[in-house]
Amino acid sequence: MDTMDFIIGKYNYWVYIVLMMIGFYAMIAKNNFAKKLVGMNIFQTAIILFFISTSSKTGGATIPIIQAGMDKAHQYINPLPHVLMLTAIVVMVSTFGVALAVLIMIYRRYKTLEEDEIMAILKMEKQI
Amino acid sequence: MNEQASILIIAIPLLVSVLNIPIGLLKRSLCYPLTVFTTLSCVYLSFVIADTVINTGNISYHVGGWEPPWGIEVAIDHLNAYMLVIISFVSFVVSIYAKNSIEKELLPDRIIYFYTIYLLLVTGLLGILVTGDLFNLFVFLEIASLAGYALVAIGEDKAPLATFNYIIMGTIGACFYLLGVGYLYIVTGTLNIADLTRLLPALYHSKVVLAAFAFFVVGVAIKIALFPLHTWLPDAYTHAPSTVSAFVAATMTKVGAYVMIRVMFTVFEPNFTLNALPTTEILGWVASAAMIFGCIMALAQTDLKRMLAYILVAEVGYIVMGVSVGNRAGFTGSVLHILNDSFMMVSLFFVAGAIMYKEGHRNIKNLSNLHKKMPVTMGCFIIAAISMVGVPPTAGFFSKWYLIHGAINAQKWFFVAFLLLSSLMVAAAFFRIIQNIFFQPSESHTTHEEPVRDEVPCSMLLPIVVMSISLLVIGFFSGQIIDSLIQHAVPKGF
Repeated sequence: MDTMDFIIGKYNYWVYIVLMMIGFYAMIAKNNFAKKLVGMNIFQTAIILFFISTSSKTGGATIPIIQAGMDKAHQYINPLPHVLMLTAIVVMVSTFGVALAVLIMIYRRYKTLEEDEIMAILKMEKQI
Repeated sequence: MNEQASILIIAIPLLVSVLNIPIGLLKRSLCYPLTVFTTLSCVYLSFVIADTVINTGNISYHVGGWEPPWGIEVAIDHLNAYMLVIISFVSFVVSIYAKNSIEKELLPDRIIYFYTIYLLLVTGLLGILVTGDLFNLFVFLEIASLAGYALVAIGEDKAPLATFNYIIMGTIGACFYLLGVGYLYIVTGTLNIADLTRLLPALYHSKVVLAAFAFFVVGVAIKIALFPLHTWLPDAYTHAPSTVSAFVAATMTKVGAYVMIRVMFTVFEPNFTLNALPTTEILGWVASAAMIFGCIMALAQTDLKRMLAYILVAEVGYIVMGVSVGNRAGFTGSVLHILNDSFMMVSLFFVAGAIMYKEGHRNIKNLSNLHKKMPVTMGCFIIAAISMVGVPPTAGFFSKWYLIHGAINAQKWFFVAFLLLSSLMVAAAFFRIIQNIFFQPSESHTTHEEPVRDEVPCSMLLPIVVMSISLLVIGFFSGQIIDSLIQHAVPKGF
């Protein structure tokens, strides 16, 4: 039963690990650059899920907006990880934007985003 | 003024980088003086900060008046002050060099944005150095990295491809770092470095802390391109514009090494880092492999910039090795090598850029008789090369001396052997080029006409000369640098 509790009780962390590994796999194994980029995005999103999970509290804690009759800290979830993740989302979006711009440059140059096809083109150019 | 200097040093380049766009659109020629002036003011501020730290002690500035650990603290001790001087000086010299090199290599409409992103990169790097907050450090790390991606991508034909690999690898590194921050936040509830130093010793048995430490080390190792995580570096630094290569090669990996030292010896106690996990042992061996591998690959290259990039991989190995032996001499050697290596890398990449400017290529085999065409540039190249090899009295000798001394003190004889072997291979790599320049008869010159003296423009030549002379100057004054700054930066456990 303990193992079940361990798995079910912390399901959000399991999801974070699984998502992260999916992203990691895509970044390593996928042949298409756009898919790699999506993998990178999943990888980063997993970290956001992890941070947000850490801010939750058991026992009916609510969002950190002060309400009448609730003046104890344990009645509110921890707002700091949320704030950190707002910043991390900005970073993530910028990285995604820069990477997309680079992908456009690659596509204009090689007319494809498949890694093996680009390698073949490069090999051919080297021989000429 | 002295306390404000620590925040102004990042505020000024950040503001000017944004101002650069409207000013540049009105009058493009204004961007260059504005950038040079901004980086010059950073140099001035960094000297003010270093002076304050040496004479009156550490600086702590509370951003927005919020007390740490709740607010963001700008915390500067001897190590930060030392790094600030290096990075701002290098950025100043590179910004002088940039003008002609960039105008030659980039499309005209990209020049304004080059200066904008360049200043953003400077902001990011200086921000990493001044901040006393782990999450803030992540944000600046990403500002610097994003600016780095953009600058590398505007390079030559293959640059976008190299940049994409760089983005993927760099993002994994930054995400691992962020995870480390998250783990430490779970167990301590704070992000302030000084606060973490106070709270962590009670939690060293916790597996979460161990996991955080592992994430930090691997994440930063990707950012500093420590072998075998270096794969993005040679491509990215080869295909970037010459100015960008010079700047990122000299600063990005060094600032990464600073983050590594900070995490290993300030956030965590040296005692923990050296004993709790076999981290330093592993890092030492990995660094030795980096030294040998980088040099072997450097010997195999025909592209000058690519060769320098592989030597950079080896140099990162030196720095990490010095840190990993865990004693005073090794640490001093590492920190001194950060300074020397960034200056050597700037000079060598400057020369590569100068050759690109005049010859339009950088193939090692076609460099013959360059000493007649560009005598001053080649003289500077030789000074930087022998400094890289470690010949006294150039700067490179002194840091290698301390590194070897540290390895001997720790009785790591293999590291001593690897260090000497890799120095020999660096020597071989550079003598190959010097031989090609000086003694190879030129094939293209069928007639016996003397090559005309043809140096690069003054704005490129001056930085080259200044950097290589400063290599000699640093060599002579390395004792003073260690006395006034580095020895105070050595962690207490050593």
